[in-house]
Amino acid sequence: MAKIIFITSDSEKIELEATSGSVMELAVQNGVQGIDGDCGGVCSCATCHVHVAPEHFAKTGPASEIEQDMLELDDDANEYSRLCCQIEVSEQLDGVVLHVAK
Amino acid sequence: MSENQTCVVVGASHAGVNFAFALRKAGWQGSIKLFDADPSLPYHRPPLSKAYLTSADAIDKNLLKAAETYQKDDIGLNLGVKVGSIERTAQVLQLENGEQVAFDKLVIATGARPFIPPIEGLDSASNLYPLRTAQDVENIRQAFAHSAQKRVVIIGGGYIGLETAASLKKLGGEVTVLEREQRILARVTAPYMSDYFQRLHADNGVTVATSKNVVRIETTDGENSVQCDDGTHYPADIIIVGVGIRVNTELAAQAGIEIDNGIKVNAQAQTSDENIYAIGDCTYHYNPHYQRFIRLESVQNAVDQAKVAAASICGQEVEYDTLPWFWSDQYDVKLQMVGLSQGYTDILVRDENEPNKFSVWYFKGDELLAVDAVNNAKAYVVATKFIKSGEQIDKAKLVDASVEFKPANLLSRVQVR
Repeated sequence: MAKIIFITSDSEKIELEATSGSVMELAVQNGVQGIDGDCGGVCSCATCHVHVAPEHFAKTGPASEIEQDMLELDDDANEYSRLCCQIEVSEQLDGVVLHVAK
Repeated sequence: MSENQTCVVVGASHAGVNFAFALRKAGWQGSIKLFDADPSLPYHRPPLSKAYLTSADAIDKNLLKAAETYQKDDIGLNLGVKVGSIERTAQVLQLENGEQVAFDKLVIATGARPFIPPIEGLDSASNLYPLRTAQDVENIRQAFAHSAQKRVVIIGGGYIGLETAASLKKLGGEVTVLEREQRILARVTAPYMSDYFQRLHADNGVTVATSKNVVRIETTDGENSVQCDDGTHYPADIIIVGVGIRVNTELAAQAGIEIDNGIKVNAQAQTSDENIYAIGDCTYHYNPHYQRFIRLESVQNAVDQAKVAAASICGQEVEYDTLPWFWSDQYDVKLQMVGLSQGYTDILVRDENEPNKFSVWYFKGDELLAVDAVNNAKAYVVATKFIKSGEQIDKAKLVDASVEFKPANLLSRVQVR
């Protein structure tokens, strides 16, 4: 079980718990504003962009090559950006804070 | 202003569902009612022929939104309900169960249905399915699981047919794709891409036969023989029909709404009736970038038109002006496409000197129209930027894989526009 904390662009804080699946699925299932996941989680649409809290970046690790490429479409991307359909829920994520990108 | 009003949506798939949530987000305070004949909670369709088909997942692993989120946004979901007709003057929807639903604004998101060609013997064929709904996939999975020999014939070498071929091959099927044209994907890509995908399927053990016009299916004791007009025939335990779609325009047409290769809408996704909008696959809409009316079968169009319609109904000034994009996953190959290639005069191929990694660039003179990127998200992103900006590309640098793939490196020194 991992606790994952989303902070939306309206500064709403949403704490969710999960054991499996992707972080995007968790967010969509719980209606986290700003995480759309239009492509269903195959890294094709870049609508599940989050900024990992810098101090928690080790929990998620950096974006893969395809994620980094897709993130270049988004002016809001930075070094802590991830497409959260590509982050699998695991114990390692417990306590991670993810800021939903604008 | 909207609190005593009702917005009714016919069709609860990608366009209809996204619209309902976008409408609430845009500030609609009235009632929102979604109707769909499909009894399942609305789900993602693109994975049906891809990862979902090869998984053992139930459709609730694949939902567009969780059931609770509809309640949270006070969106009424009426599933398994068929709409009979639209009474435009009375602003009432007539349901097939006899009920009536009044509306102030109506959104038609009826999408499309598989085209089933008039092939002799098709109605009596055994285990013959289209692939568009969760139920279709369930039927295919069941038939596949119960088939001893798992010989699959797929009629149609478009994206649905090829994705289904890759998925059923992965599950251990003996798969044959029959394409009527001289090459697969003939309607949507350059011959270079058709050749690539033909080889990809051959390398993975799928037979792809082109110039195969299926004229008859003979079925004896549950075993089908799919017969072509050149005399060839293929045994099949399961047949998948993937030869394109027909747009669901009937409701709109019967109500006297203008139809032209789909439900015709303006830049606000509004039909010829100011209180009735249409979104998604069923629309024939103007694309400002390509300066022509088009019809698109895509998630991108469904989502973007949904947002435009929602904003427009809530009184915002918006115009639909987005660049089409698409994707397909087959085996380990991820194809990402941006733009519309129709009307291209020449193509350039940028090869990354790695297996299965390249991009095909469609030009009309110096204007970049579209790009197909194979396992190459960078190409997809660079292409998107160039198509949007209209800046000219130095074609010699583009095809030189030693030039780092960045927009700044590919800019032509001569900029006409």
